[in-house]
Amino acid sequence: MKIDMIGISKSFGNNHVLRDVDFHLGSAEVHALMGENGAGKSTLMNILTGLINSDSGTILVDDQEVHFNGPKDAEEHGISFIHQEMNNFGEMTVLENMFLNNEVKNKWGIVDEKTMRTAALKIFKTLHINYDLNEIIGNLSIGAQQMIEISKAMMSDAKVIIMDEPTAALTNSEITSLFTTVNNLKAQGVSFIYISHRVEENMKIADKITIMRDGHTVDESLISDNSVEKIVTNMVGRDIGDFYPERHVHAGKKVLSVSHFESEGKFHDINFTVEAGEILGFSGLMGSGRTEVMRAIFGVDHRNAGDLLINDKKVKITSPSDAIQHGIGFVTENRKDEGLILDFSVSENIIMPSLKDLVKKYFIDEKVKDDFVNLLVKRLTIKTEGTDINAGSLSGGNQQKVVLAKWIGAGSNILILDEPTRGVDVGAKREIYDLINELTDRGVAIIMVSSDLPEILAMSDRIAVMYEGQMMAIVDNSHHVTESDIMTLATGGKMND
Amino acid sequence: MTNTDREQKVVKEVKDKKVLQKLSGLGPVLALIVLALITTVMNPSFLDPNNLLNLLRQVSINGLIAFGMTFVILTGGIDLSVGAILALTSALSAMMITSGVPTLIAMLIGIIFGGLLGGLNGLLITKGGAAPFIASLATMTIFRGATYVFTDGNPITSKVMNDSFIFQFIGRGYFFGIPVPVIIMLISFLILYMLLHKMTFGRKTYALGGNEKAAFVSGIKVNLTKTWIYVISGIMSSAAGMILISRLSSAQPDAGTGFEMDAIAAVVLGGTSLAGGRGRIFGTLIGALIIGTLNNGMNLIGISSFYQQIVKGIVIIIAVLIDRRKKV
Repeated sequence: MKIDMIGISKSFGNNHVLRDVDFHLGSAEVHALMGENGAGKSTLMNILTGLINSDSGTILVDDQEVHFNGPKDAEEHGISFIHQEMNNFGEMTVLENMFLNNEVKNKWGIVDEKTMRTAALKIFKTLHINYDLNEIIGNLSIGAQQMIEISKAMMSDAKVIIMDEPTAALTNSEITSLFTTVNNLKAQGVSFIYISHRVEENMKIADKITIMRDGHTVDESLISDNSVEKIVTNMVGRDIGDFYPERHVHAGKKVLSVSHFESEGKFHDINFTVEAGEILGFSGLMGSGRTEVMRAIFGVDHRNAGDLLINDKKVKITSPSDAIQHGIGFVTENRKDEGLILDFSVSENIIMPSLKDLVKKYFIDEKVKDDFVNLLVKRLTIKTEGTDINAGSLSGGNQQKVVLAKWIGAGSNILILDEPTRGVDVGAKREIYDLINELTDRGVAIIMVSSDLPEILAMSDRIAVMYEGQMMAIVDNSHHVTESDIMTLATGGKMND
Repeated sequence: MTNTDREQKVVKEVKDKKVLQKLSGLGPVLALIVLALITTVMNPSFLDPNNLLNLLRQVSINGLIAFGMTFVILTGGIDLSVGAILALTSALSAMMITSGVPTLIAMLIGIIFGGLLGGLNGLLITKGGAAPFIASLATMTIFRGATYVFTDGNPITSKVMNDSFIFQFIGRGYFFGIPVPVIIMLISFLILYMLLHKMTFGRKTYALGGNEKAAFVSGIKVNLTKTWIYVISGIMSSAAGMILISRLSSAQPDAGTGFEMDAIAAVVLGGTSLAGGRGRIFGTLIGALIIGTLNNGMNLIGISSFYQQIVKGIVIIIAVLIDRRKKV
């Protein structure tokens, strides 16, 4: 199926979100749609699936003009949208989820499980996947849940599948199998509109790319004519130089030592140290225990054994408040869940770990508080219309800066960053990298957990790699370390010398 | 679209939102004024200073409990045991006074005991991991039962109680023409207002209701803070109990039955979200006054107490509907 969107415009009030946008999707094609947050990608896709109407412009499906009155209508025409937040019912089984509101019933109105089961297994077979249909869907990995979403799309006979940030929560092996599935379906004639912030990933999977900026299409070309630099420049509309800033390593004395950390079923005998001014990258597949180690250091989760030394002194940390007292800060991987209170203001979020410091004679000093918040907002260039608006209304990048402001404000000199640039657009990513460098210049020790290998390689001074709860190696990040070296370690292999 | 267009729009939205927030904060006050006006038109003696002071005194008991409940509800919790705590602690204090313990000390012990009972709720919820509704439902039954066991089902009253000046003064006395319960309510309000809006404890309370996980990761001692909040609720309930036994000259084993509902109603009418994280203690004061005005006004107009309950329920529904519309 071929889709042409021609001259699409859309305004909300005075706000022109789309201006004369063209988008062409060929059949059996993976088409990357890129652009910073607010560029108009979501609006364009919502128009395509009939969720909102455009002010002007036409949509042609196989050269026939169409008007969709909502996602259901689009679905019937073979267009499926797999959203970033999947619409699963976590407590129901795989089968129940696959046929929700679409159940096959016999003539008595009783749900016909056998027919549904056969249909589901048939789809699984074409996708080369296999899951227990009776499993509670919440027990499956995010990657598996995504595969089931794709199965649902295929069940409705989708010819075009739109995927919004499908890999944001996937492990590398899951990404690989997702890509295999995408390529298989492409071979069967299915097209994909693939929305992802990860430039390298788009280079790998897509055939064509459309880049949007401020409601315009700025580029539509074959992926083979592109490079990471070209895509980034097109997206931000200016040359941001190298994607990653230059690192000047100037590690100082050892500030944190983790020794013989143990947590049953999560990780085993973990040892490492971090020096002042150093970035220690933490790599490994999701589920390898990286995040769990960090949570144990910060006292969010308990550990069974192991010592923690700060400046060579043994410390006892059993809760985040202990960790904060010892100068540790923790930017968690799930910003919306543990990092921020979304419907609290920027200011209220920033002061949370520093409440004590704002007190003058029992009461919070409003002026001290305002100065404290304003200084941090300015220093981190958080783009917000005032410190009293809800953190949830900021863009992903600015939300992440609010989380960073919390810990910089709390005076952390050991900062754990778990996936610091996930869901952050390219421009803000670079600002966060610059900020991380600036912090290390001032002697802050940083542990950076990331699934983004180019990021790990570009930013880390040393790289720790975990696999199935074990520390595989800690390597100096010299120029001859490559992505495949890290991947080898992360999948249980040994690195070649 | 230029960036300045977008920025101007956002600025306008933010301004609109702020105005709306300010107005919505005034909603309960407006409702109270309208209610008072209607009552005055129906019966002008509503505005009689004596009636108003009487109204305030009637409000004080529910007010005290509702102040404590505000903290609990702000964390997203609920405390159903407030009425039972009131009964048990006031019976204990009455018993102590009767057996010769100085009134002030007996009442203080009762209030501290109330704090401990609240702390028990807190521990069940934090350490025990019980849902606040279930934990306080269970302790409500236990405390009520304990009161019946302790009093053998009989009211506690004695000459010693009624001869004690302090005992009389707490519930029935006046200070510069203002009923003592009203003064106690206002002082409690001021203290709790400062605690909630000017001190770190208040920020922590809101944070717990806003997102407990994020609060924990930000170094807030979640269990400790929460337990203290239930302690406050217990203290406020037993303090209200002291006023009640003085007003009734006796401690009744079934005292405070259903008080939890009036307290929750006051909090909700005051605009505090049952989901936690959003609300103000000033709203609760107004909420308590709205309920008080309804009761007082309907008595003045001569509406039977059977109908009063229906009207109260309808008012709560209207308040909730308005609140929902505001959010959409």
